[in-house]
Amino acid sequence: MSHELCDLSGSELTAKLRAGEITAVDLAGSSLRRIEAVDGRVKAFLTLTPQVALERAAELDVYLSTGAPLSDVAGIPIALKDVFTTNGIRTTCGSKILETYTPPYDCTPWTRLSGAGSTLIGKTNCDEFAMGSSNENSAYGPVHNPWDLDAVPGGSSGGSAAAVAAGEVVWALGSDTGGSVRQPASLTGVVGLKPTYGLISRYGLVAFASSLDTVGTFTRSVGDAATLLNTLAGKDRRDATSLDLEVPDYRASLADGVAGLRVGVVSEAFGQGVEPDVAGSVRAAVERLAGLGAQVGEVHLPHAEYALSAYYLIAPSEASSNLARYDGVRYGLREDGADSIEMMFRTRGAGFGPEVKRRIMLGTYALSAGYYDAYYGQAQKVRTLIIRDYEAAFAGFDVLVSPTSPTTAFPIGEKADDPMAMYLNDIFTIPANLAGVPAVSVPCGLDSAGLPIGLQFTAPVLGEPTLLRAAAALEADLGLDLRPPLLAGV
Amino acid sequence: MPVEIDIDHVAKLARLDLTDDEKAQLRSQLGVILEHAAKVGEVAADDVPPTAYAIPRANELREDDPQPSITHEAAMANAPAQADDRFMVPKIAETGA
Repeated sequence: MSHELCDLSGSELTAKLRAGEITAVDLAGSSLRRIEAVDGRVKAFLTLTPQVALERAAELDVYLSTGAPLSDVAGIPIALKDVFTTNGIRTTCGSKILETYTPPYDCTPWTRLSGAGSTLIGKTNCDEFAMGSSNENSAYGPVHNPWDLDAVPGGSSGGSAAAVAAGEVVWALGSDTGGSVRQPASLTGVVGLKPTYGLISRYGLVAFASSLDTVGTFTRSVGDAATLLNTLAGKDRRDATSLDLEVPDYRASLADGVAGLRVGVVSEAFGQGVEPDVAGSVRAAVERLAGLGAQVGEVHLPHAEYALSAYYLIAPSEASSNLARYDGVRYGLREDGADSIEMMFRTRGAGFGPEVKRRIMLGTYALSAGYYDAYYGQAQKVRTLIIRDYEAAFAGFDVLVSPTSPTTAFPIGEKADDPMAMYLNDIFTIPANLAGVPAVSVPCGLDSAGLPIGLQFTAPVLGEPTLLRAAAALEADLGLDLRPPLLAGV
Repeated sequence: MPVEIDIDHVAKLARLDLTDDEKAQLRSQLGVILEHAAKVGEVAADDVPPTAYAIPRANELREDDPQPSITHEAAMANAPAQADDRFMVPKIAETGA
């Protein structure tokens, strides 16, 4: 089994770069070699940018040789989910309708990382317009889970999750609207962070459901998630929903432990549909937190059972509005038509895949005359109830714990024809999006088939320091060495 | 009970060309999804206010200071069809007699 530099964590690599033990070009090369070795089977990437990566890395090495200071993300190979706009680099959103779209501008998250010297390796596969939980909705074929190539990596950010799990990059960005970072992180054995709504700018994140969309990170350690958040968080004049706040150092309290921390175990998250191995592993992890001095208790989110229903009204409604922009006029696919209206109908009919059509239709119906109050209006009231549930829970607890996903990775094709079964994957991740609170999935073990299990911590709005501290304590105590079997043969 | 939907009407509102097979499949799938989604009506009482954004904001303003922008050429570069620096589309109205 060969280890590549890019199997190490970002903080380890930064130390090596600073010490002059390795160069940024070494690192980019390491990432590209691993991709060459495994991506034919994993299929995490839609577009690779090796030339840009090597050029940028070489520039950074020159800069470093002058003794200039190095940021915590400089030279570290990163992948971006293909829903982030990148200037001059194709951005497809996993959709045929954007197959040839080359944005004329960078999204803010990449502007910040690029400005700090990050090395972009490529753009990753995802469910079309981030709609899905298995990555099977990509117009460019599914991603394969590095832990079991016949299984899904989760979704919608499945390519980013798989790329990090397989050591193709050190870390990656995804987007999380209902669990699209945390669920694939859980299914591929990596750390997936969804920050507070508005903490990271979404300028240049192609919109799905604007009241729920967040930018999230995939890393192989909690510390690396904090490092990325340090670079990404903060006000952006180009995103009116970005929060104006003093950004703390998210790494500062990582080692403070959980002694005295009040940990609430969400009772509703261990019921029907949760695999016994998943429930058992999460319960065992909670025991370890108690052993570390956390005060553990049971907590209820009584309206959680309505979150899925509310989400599948709110998200498609917003999506039906956001996706109205794909009209064949200014960019993307255009089909011929006798007039502009026919052109628009045909373009959208030919360019969108089945899940996107399903959600556009669902949202259009829920917003249409005569149904708005019964569906969209009621869903927004449920959202209020869910926020109140969290407020009550956080009055008694600092963080909440649940499984991230009811199951581990499932076989490709198993749920593809049953939308309702697929939607249930996100039952534990959706409430955090509806309430805008931060949550993180951390690996807590393997099931009897050797597939990763994720535990989700949730904290109050802007509670990232506490969230990451709890996750780091669990990570350190478990000391898991998660290397997918795929890499044994590399 | 699955919800009955007028698929043709909704597809027209959504500006989506759908095949007969797609319509049949959507009719049954959306019916089941909406039956589940209708659960929101069970708990959303009249005295519960709706929430549009979990973290409320209003009138987010900033200084109106001009910033560099992309060029006209860059903005047009992805156009499926263009003429005279404008987006070109099929006819949008009948010519008058």
